[in-house]
Amino acid sequence: MTVALFVPCYIDQFFPQVAVATLELLESLGLDVVFPDGQTCCGQPMANTGCNSDTAPVAQRFVDLFAGYDAVICPSGSCTAMVRHHYAEYFADDDPAFTSVRDRTFELCEYIHDMHGGRIPDVCFPHRVSVHQSCHGLRELGLGSQSERMTQRPDKVAAVLKQVQGIELMPLTRVDECCGFGGTFAVNEADVSAAMGRDRIADHSGSGSEVIVSADMSCLMHLQGILRRQQNRLQVMHVSEVLVGRELETTPLAAAQRS
Amino acid sequence: MKLPIVDHPTAAKPFVTNEDRSHWHDDALWFVRVKRDRQASSVPEWEYLRERASAIKTHTIANLGDYLEQFERNATARGATVHWAADAEEHNAIVLKILRQHGTERIVKSKSMLTEECGLNPYLEDNGIEVVDTDLGERIVQLREETPSHIVLPAIHIKKEEVGQTFHTHLGTDAGASDPQYLTEAARNHLRNKFLSGEVGITGVNFGIAETGGFVVCTNEGNADLGVSLPKVHIACMGIEKMIPSLADLSVFTRLLARSATGQPVTTYTSHFHGPKDDNSELHIVLVDNGRTRLRGNDTFRPAMHCIRCGACMNTCPVYRRSGGHSYRATVPGPIGSVLSPSRDAKSYKSLPYACSLCGSCSDVCPVKIPLHHQLLAWRGELVGNGLLPLSKRVAMKTASFLFQRPGLYRTAGSMGRTALRVLPHFVTHNRFNTWTKARELPKPPRESFRQWYIANRGNPQRRDSANGNATAHANTRSNGDAS
Ligand code: SF4
Repeated sequence: MTVALFVPCYIDQFFPQVAVATLELLESLGLDVVFPDGQTCCGQPMANTGCNSDTAPVAQRFVDLFAGYDAVICPSGSCTAMVRHHYAEYFADDDPAFTSVRDRTFELCEYIHDMHGGRIPDVCFPHRVSVHQSCHGLRELGLGSQSERMTQRPDKVAAVLKQVQGIELMPLTRVDECCGFGGTFAVNEADVSAAMGRDRIADHSGSGSEVIVSADMSCLMHLQGILRRQQNRLQVMHVSEVLVGRELETTPLAAAQRS
Repeated sequence: MKLPIVDHPTAAKPFVTNEDRSHWHDDALWFVRVKRDRQASSVPEWEYLRERASAIKTHTIANLGDYLEQFERNATARGATVHWAADAEEHNAIVLKILRQHGTERIVKSKSMLTEECGLNPYLEDNGIEVVDTDLGERIVQLREETPSHIVLPAIHIKKEEVGQTFHTHLGTDAGASDPQYLTEAARNHLRNKFLSGEVGITGVNFGIAETGGFVVCTNEGNADLGVSLPKVHIACMGIEKMIPSLADLSVFTRLLARSATGQPVTTYTSHFHGPKDDNSELHIVLVDNGRTRLRGNDTFRPAMHCIRCGACMNTCPVYRRSGGHSYRATVPGPIGSVLSPSRDAKSYKSLPYACSLCGSCSDVCPVKIPLHHQLLAWRGELVGNGLLPLSKRVAMKTASFLFQRPGLYRTAGSMGRTALRVLPHFVTHNRFNTWTKARELPKPPRESFRQWYIANRGNPQRRDSANGNATAHANTRSNGDAS
């Protein structure tokens, strides 16, 4: 089974440790992982701004680069949703390279849950964790049940995390409210975005959590930026880091350096 | 009514940066959203009902002309007079003409977003007619000379202490009184006199039923019934999208409407009107287009005509809850307003499709399944296509696209950017020109990108030479991608 790793642009540049954890996790599952060279971005920033003509060539590159693998795995629900649900605009319905990439691109937890029997390596993370559901992961990929819809779906991120020894998942008041990142929204509507982020953090803090864990680093980048501005000791970690057994920084100094 | 057009982030600023008020507003609407969830979950067939409602609307909108004619025939047969208005001006003129025919000086009006959309109140007042809104929230807003901030809860942005102040000024209630019970009682007494002296009653319409020629008005205060039971003339103002084929279809919508709107199992009053009350009375129905036919002609945005104006998308919208309804500067605010307003005037409302984090909550809460957040995304594409995105953003996206098509250049830019962030002093990277850093710190940039780590620890990444899908692995051969 040869799978391709897609590392979104901002993870490549700002959070390489998340990509490393994802790679190690996939390797520990016994997969043959390749990292196709020349990858950059899925095109989401342009697409979300409505710049479709700027998105098209980026989407085309992505499909050219990733067609032909058994699976493309991405540590981001948002970028996965872009490929799966928004690429159709840029390709013919029956373009085989497009349909193959669309149908075989998976978010990390989704891949483990759906395609790999949900099993993860033996790891321990003896901490109180609150899970931040990203909107695109939740509502576009269906990684869990969303509070608006009266249909039940397995919570794939939590299902995978629950196997980690010692982990304690803390309940939130608003289980799936948006963190306020929203790509360029964070800059366009800076005041509203920051207010949403602060409210999300208050909910996570109030749950008694030590660390916010999410399958989307973009939400965490925004929340982390606010946490650091607030000098708040609550930390953020990508789910892949927990699943490969990275440790939570425990001293305030280390925590500050980490974040 | 023409409202001043302001950029959404600018218009939202005073509301959202007033943290107490913003939190209070957010909590009030979230409370309604939670009530809605409870009610929706008590109906096992909820998702099926949404599916049905959406299908009924799609069918009706596709055959709208036929259903409108059927409605007109049946309503006329029941003794109602049906008028057609192409736009807001015509609607207002029709209403005024009817009022003049009866020498009317004062009307009582129950809540109607359509008359709000058409600017009926100021128009009638300019023509010397006193207008009394009888919905409590609308009356509060009217006394304060404001506009509704929400389509179901028009005064949700006003605190009870402020209502007390308004009532003290206009109705003579005790200074400083803020007890909702007391204030409601005062409003009721005040309105009772108005009801008694109203000469014509105006209502909106929630659903027009083609099969019967009747229509339905849903209120929680019973004010629509009161407003039309005494006067001899009832004018019902109805947008043409309010049509549904039959009484059987109505049952689907009444089950969805109140639960979605306020989390009640059913609205307190669901009043059916079939023709004039008696031989001495008149019933006028004004069917209003005002841009709806144009919307219907647009394949992408046509589903926005499904809207039953329940307001659930506003209650759930994290942007609306924190920025208040007035920040949209539109009769209909929130997600559906951000879809509808640019279809009227793309230039003035161009910031609204961007007043959205694309979280998608609105699409999933909507009882008639309008794909609201996808429509907002589609609007962004339209705005860019029409040259309405500010140049700075346009250039930023063009540049990003250019870089993302050239991996070598992207890597150089990334590495330069990270170095800059690392070596530049904090005040250079975190200042008022960098919007991100107004409320947040930038990420601490790592020394190496993932790709650099990969090369150091795993050898060269896999190179793909052909663009047609045949991968060629060149493990551990030097590769820089398509160096630009
Ligand atoms: S768009 Fe949907 S949720 Fe919003 S007001 Fe209309 S019917 Fe209600």
